[in-house]
Amino acid sequence: MSNYDRSMALTGQPPVTLSRNQKLATLLGMFGLAILLLAAFNVNFPGKATWLSISLMAISVGTIWFSWDAYSKKEPGIKNDGVWFKSISSKGFWGWIAGIALTGFYIILYFYPEYLGLVSGGDNKGVIGLFDPLSKALSGNPASQWFVYGTLYTVAILAFGIKFIWKYRHNRYEKIRTFSVMFFQLGFAFLIPEFMARLNGSSVLNGGSLPYYDLKNMWPLNYYNFEGYRIKGFLSSGDIGFAMLIFGIVTIFVISPILTYRFGKRWYCSWVCGCGGLAETAGDSFRQLSDKSVKAWKIERWVVHSVVVFVTLMTTAVIYSYLGTDTSKYWLTKSTFLLGVGGLLTTIFVLVMVFKREQFQKDAKYGAIGYFVIIMALIGFHYFSGEGNVFLFKSETLRKSYSFLIGSIFSGVIGTGFYPIFGNRVWCRFGCPMAAILGFQQRLFSRFRITTNGGQCISCGNCSTYCEMGIDVRAYAQKGENIVRSSCVGCGICSAVCPRGVLKLENGPLKGRIDSNQVLLGNDVDLMNLVNQK
Amino acid sequence: MENIVIIGNGIAGVSAARHIRKLSDKRIIIVSAETDYFFSRTALMYVYMGHMKFEHIQPYENWFWKKNRIELVRGFVSGIDTKTKKLSIDGSRALHYDKLIIATGSKPNKFGWPGQDLHGVQGLYSKQDLDLLETNAPNKDVCKRAVIVGGGLIGIELAEMLRSRDIPVTFLVRESSFWNGVLPEGESQMINEHIKEHHIDLRLGTNLKEIIADENGRVKSIIIQETGEELPCDLVGLTAGVSPNIDFLKDSGIELGRGVKVNRFLETNIKDIYAIGDCAEQHEAIGNRRPIEAVWYTGRMMGETVAQTICGNRMEYRPGHWFNSAKFLDIEYQTYGWVFGARGKKDYEVQFHWRHESDKVCITMAFDKETNKFLGINTFGIRMRHEVFDRWLTEERDADYIMEHLADANFDPEFYKQYEGEIVAQYNANYGKSVKTKKKSIKRIFQLN
Repeated sequence: MSNYDRSMALTGQPPVTLSRNQKLATLLGMFGLAILLLAAFNVNFPGKATWLSISLMAISVGTIWFSWDAYSKKEPGIKNDGVWFKSISSKGFWGWIAGIALTGFYIILYFYPEYLGLVSGGDNKGVIGLFDPLSKALSGNPASQWFVYGTLYTVAILAFGIKFIWKYRHNRYEKIRTFSVMFFQLGFAFLIPEFMARLNGSSVLNGGSLPYYDLKNMWPLNYYNFEGYRIKGFLSSGDIGFAMLIFGIVTIFVISPILTYRFGKRWYCSWVCGCGGLAETAGDSFRQLSDKSVKAWKIERWVVHSVVVFVTLMTTAVIYSYLGTDTSKYWLTKSTFLLGVGGLLTTIFVLVMVFKREQFQKDAKYGAIGYFVIIMALIGFHYFSGEGNVFLFKSETLRKSYSFLIGSIFSGVIGTGFYPIFGNRVWCRFGCPMAAILGFQQRLFSRFRITTNGGQCISCGNCSTYCEMGIDVRAYAQKGENIVRSSCVGCGICSAVCPRGVLKLENGPLKGRIDSNQVLLGNDVDLMNLVNQK
Repeated sequence: MENIVIIGNGIAGVSAARHIRKLSDKRIIIVSAETDYFFSRTALMYVYMGHMKFEHIQPYENWFWKKNRIELVRGFVSGIDTKTKKLSIDGSRALHYDKLIIATGSKPNKFGWPGQDLHGVQGLYSKQDLDLLETNAPNKDVCKRAVIVGGGLIGIELAEMLRSRDIPVTFLVRESSFWNGVLPEGESQMINEHIKEHHIDLRLGTNLKEIIADENGRVKSIIIQETGEELPCDLVGLTAGVSPNIDFLKDSGIELGRGVKVNRFLETNIKDIYAIGDCAEQHEAIGNRRPIEAVWYTGRMMGETVAQTICGNRMEYRPGHWFNSAKFLDIEYQTYGWVFGARGKKDYEVQFHWRHESDKVCITMAFDKETNKFLGINTFGIRMRHEVFDRWLTEERDADYIMEHLADANFDPEFYKQYEGEIVAQYNANYGKSVKTKKKSIKRIFQLN
């Protein structure tokens, strides 16, 4: 074992030690955070707009200054020196402190926003009050805890995005990809919805008001998109509202399958998605902490697919709950809807089982069949019994438990709060139903793969270590196999850190995409044939 | 059931074990004095640099061995009795074998320099060397300067490692330019420049005369032969190549040269004893290869080959087209086919060299003077597709064809800058040709019809 001194101090030896610039930058960033913290403890700042600007600037400039000092003076190339010596990035003392602090923040954010100063029907106080001027400037409304969170989230993606671009400035794939997540976060997730809120009540929307809608956020990631109040909002807002509702349906059923077929799920997970955006930028320092064991992979498959089943049931129940029974009023009734859902799931299930059966492992087959039977039984049970609660529970109970367990605890508290402990993609890997659905398409119907370069692998392990999704990339590369895994988000870091140029993310022909040949190029041709015999 | 004993748990030994297991139910025992489990030797540097922990450079999880019924024994083999087929192992009982595979790898070269066994003088090959380096050079306060002797792949890796902890490094290279016994001049020059960019004190054409001890028997300084200059230092890294690790076989009756002498079937002079990997020495070199190939990939191939032989399908070691790769600090290097440095360059070999005007990117393509046949390519800062070059070598394409289809071979990540246009323009200018580059074709790359 390395006997390198894993010091808790911010000083210490290179590569762990901080330079004077980095210390000053840390101080500046901490000053920015301190303003927010003081505001949270109800210190009243005169000139909120000024102090908020100072705080956000200090955080951004501190982060950018730090990374400028860390990377700009070095030659372009891989910058992982000391990652496992620094306590923040190797589950050391500072890693745990950061994890606990973030987790605490999420608990307050989700469950006790009043501690952040949220006042319903009055002037906000505390840290939320500090954000009021910015919120009013953008949408015209006072801030909420979600506005504070959204702003900080965006600042984090932008500032750490610049850090990431500096770190990987030799790699154009990484640079362009990072520009993309920064753009989608700033524009689609943050600014556009705020501006759209200004239209509410205006004649453009026929006097209706749109729900807050991040257009790039698809069902089932935004599991609430088809809830009754949102549908009312969409339908009340004229053609624009209707178009957005249609867009929400088209994205998941048409646009996303096409893009995933062509590029793999990376088009979404590491180029567009906000969760992915935060993981790739602010979370980049923690990517090496994901668990690569086969056991973790098994758990991942069960957990993430269970979430897909849960969200499907929940959404079906919620939509069911507000549909009518009278076909003369509206064509879509409770029973046609249930039949439709059942029909769609059956079609997918049958097609996959007929054409892609051989690509499933045994446990995956059992899992798929088991879940399919459960869903169909619940739908049928309900359909034939007539009234009552759909799926044995009230739809509201289902919705609430999903929102609490998955929407808040899993994606927020664990998913982001535990970055420094479990790695930056815990949510994406174990919890995100969107990632699971895209991954399913990526594994079975996509041109995307990571190509292994003949026999060049030296089994060093950089690819596996720096895979944020916990894929044991090396296990494939050292056998000469391509990597086609449903969980791969296509961040491209395995390819970047490979010292021998073995890995390439590419979209190629379906034929030969999944080759399980245990042959490595450069060998005797006859031997290759022999080794290849099963 | 037959007992297969493998000495050494490196890539050669482990490849042999894995493939024997795939082909048979024989009892497999791997003996290693170095570590409990297989690890990637080439990745040791990343542990010192903090990119990975030691557990990360172990390619298989620890349950793998038991599941595949590969028994692991930790111990140093001190002798082999080939008559009774017994291994004596320090700290363990003797082991009987039916078939024995020697895969003991290499050890760093020492050329009899005065002071080469002092404290603070070491090579970099084994896990023990890595641990020793943590003691000798944990940081820049304990190790105020390091001197590295020997300008090859391990030397430059050791320099990179020490620089990651900000330790000042003086790099003594015997040759007039870095690794120019292997690399053509232009490439070697570019790496010289890159070494200096990393603030490494590169001394070309410089030899070590002796290592001076302090009163405690630790290294204090070194003397340079050419100038007589004395350089104070706390660590001397000896990285002037490696040689087979076979001292324990001296009295065994197994024929030894520099390594364990083997025939093309990887058999030694004694029945049922084989040698593979770094420690094996071919009686006759195969093609342009060296009799001893201390390369990761050849170790793997020999392991696969010997597994066939042991499982009843006696097979010659017939490596395919030569390939290799390395990374010099930030610059990746790949080679396919044969491109020789100035010393080894063949009479029939013409070398086309292109270097980007500002980026640290270059290629050298070798082709036959008479027939224009493509012989090999070195690339620096451009990744190439192994499959494509392997095919072109088999098909014996000519240099023009390679230039025309160069885009097919590119393996750089998406959106990277492409250099094919510039390369081919210079090729045309140099040789008065008018080759036009073809666009990258998925159909050609993946051989779809």
